[in-house]
Amino acid sequence: MALISADNRGLRLATRYAVLGLIAVIFIFPLIFMVMSSLKPDQQLLEDSGNLRAFLPVGDISLNNYTAAFQRAPVATFVFNSVLVTGVTVLLSLLICSAAGFAFVFVNWKGRGVLLSILLATLILPFETIAIPMLLMVAHLPWIGTEGITWGWLNSYHVQIIPFVADGLTVFLFVQYFKDLPGELIEAARVEGASWGQIYRRIVMPLSGPILATAAILKFLVMYNQYLWPLMVVQEEGYRPVMVGLQYFFQLNVAWGEVMAYLSLITVPVLAFYLYLQKAFIASIASTGVKG
Amino acid sequence: MKPFNTFAGALLASAFFAGAALAQTELTMWYHGAGNDNEMKLVNEMLDEFNASQSDWKVVITAFPQGAYNDSVVAGALAGTLPDIIDIDGPILPNWAWAGYIQPLAIDETLIKDYLPGPKGVWDGKLYGIGMWDAAVSLVTRQSYLDELKLRTPTLDQPWTAEEFQGALDAAKNSGKFEYALDLGMAWTGEWYPYAFSPFLQSFGGDMVDRSTYKTAEGALNGDAALAFGNWWQGLFKNGYAQATQDPADRDGGFAAGKYAFSWNGNWAALGALAAFDDVLFLPAPDFGNGSKIGAASWQLSISATSKHPDGANAFINFALRPENLARFSKGLGLIPATAAAAEMTDNYKAGGPLAVFYDLSSRQGLLRPVTPGYPVMAKVFEKALADIANGADVAATLDAATDEINADIEKNGGYGH
Repeated sequence: MALISADNRGLRLATRYAVLGLIAVIFIFPLIFMVMSSLKPDQQLLEDSGNLRAFLPVGDISLNNYTAAFQRAPVATFVFNSVLVTGVTVLLSLLICSAAGFAFVFVNWKGRGVLLSILLATLILPFETIAIPMLLMVAHLPWIGTEGITWGWLNSYHVQIIPFVADGLTVFLFVQYFKDLPGELIEAARVEGASWGQIYRRIVMPLSGPILATAAILKFLVMYNQYLWPLMVVQEEGYRPVMVGLQYFFQLNVAWGEVMAYLSLITVPVLAFYLYLQKAFIASIASTGVKG
Repeated sequence: MKPFNTFAGALLASAFFAGAALAQTELTMWYHGAGNDNEMKLVNEMLDEFNASQSDWKVVITAFPQGAYNDSVVAGALAGTLPDIIDIDGPILPNWAWAGYIQPLAIDETLIKDYLPGPKGVWDGKLYGIGMWDAAVSLVTRQSYLDELKLRTPTLDQPWTAEEFQGALDAAKNSGKFEYALDLGMAWTGEWYPYAFSPFLQSFGGDMVDRSTYKTAEGALNGDAALAFGNWWQGLFKNGYAQATQDPADRDGGFAAGKYAFSWNGNWAALGALAAFDDVLFLPAPDFGNGSKIGAASWQLSISATSKHPDGANAFINFALRPENLARFSKGLGLIPATAAAAEMTDNYKAGGPLAVFYDLSSRQGLLRPVTPGYPVMAKVFEKALADIANGADVAATLDAATDEINADIEKNGGYGH
């Protein structure tokens, strides 16, 4: 019996690894295809796309597509803009949405249930339905900057950041997470005379590593992939983000090698951010939390 | 003292020119060519020459990638931030004029009296846009193929009839020499469908809309002529003359590689074909019963309705229409100059030039896509219907559904001002 059980365990393990390996292949092969294709001339890229050579660095390999991509479009500007807009939005979003979640869960105030319901209801609204009203609004809002008060937010970084700082989904994630934190901790802190600000800063946030990482990743992906909104509110090239920049490569005859080179370049910040937060995510689970 | 004098002179001169530059009123312009270095180089050359040619106006350009351009203009119109000058794709000009995004031009009529019809953007009897070039499609083949397949060489005066074209496709297919008889460019999507394929429908006697009223597609897109077109179109793929889905590499290099006997392609690809073979022919579209037709109209210059300087914008457009500018874009991008005089200034399009046939094709066979604000919706509906039919959908049902969709859109928009 013991032998049969060991065999079963081995088989289960092998099956598990096989399935996990297959899933890993499914997820990683598009990335390999993208990077390998970025190194090949168009003709070879298209010829290889129907067979396994598409995933191998074979044939006429060079960095020519990268050089051409930089010549065709201001790639560095686009990446900088996207990283800046995304980074600032993620930071502000974590701050504001977590504070909102904290207020909804821990602070007693009239109408919080109704307001939370209204906030959650916004989740069912696709962005496309509110894009034009938002455009009309931001086109006429005042802004105080180095030139004093100006009217209209178009062609700026803040028009790409501020409308996305707070959203129902991120607040909802924080609310759900905070509900699972032990209420005794908060009550004990209140008894000891801690203010709401102190409790938020010194107790709740240090325990919120996992949800901060999750919310940051979700927000990062949404912001980095922004296309429609910047297309509508940014006309100057100097403020365009990476996804609008991708259109530079779609001329009548698409230079697929350059497209792949550009995609490889703009994927680097996403991967770097994800890998960084993945570590933070694991570390925060290992080091935080209240047991018992 | 001499170096000082030189320095002082230079200072004075630069102050003078800076003063002249400061006196120029700035005109803003949006253009669709970002990412296309050749095109932007030519546009910027022309702008520099205009800015230096007079002291009243200075055009400052913002370029957008073509795929994002129309949406950016529509957003700009909603937000009230359109520039003075915009360029605009010919077939959607009526929509933007109807929507109030652009205003009629006030340009020198003598500059456009000899113009090809395609580059003139007219809506409601007024000229709203004017192009510096046109584009044309032809049936590309080789004289040696025609000789080998024992086919008559069609001319502008005597294009192939439907039967002759069918015979040519049969001969090419039966020869066993080609992967497919006909390359229709199915690797391309979007505007290529209505631009390149709706002339076939029109040659059959149908259309995307009834042009006598522009208020319905009934009968035009689902009548007998349209059904005949749909069945012919589907037969091209069902019977193996053409492929319904195509590798982009085959579109780019398939004809040069000998995979196709005939290629339905534009003048922009003609130089590539000429480089591949020394006996290339650019044939007129077959006549399916109602004359040979090809698409007309390309990008045009226009002035936004909110421009505070229409006089300056008109001055720029007048400058752009000079024959040397029309010739500049033809030489640089291979486009068809909008006038015969400009064509004579180019090696490719002058009489006897290797691409001169395209000028004749444009002037004699060019047909504007439906001149109506409803065109953008029609174009999308038409593309989907043709793609579905190519992939085996029922012809009558698909054309009926497309007709209903177009009619519903026209009704929803109160007839689009017709």
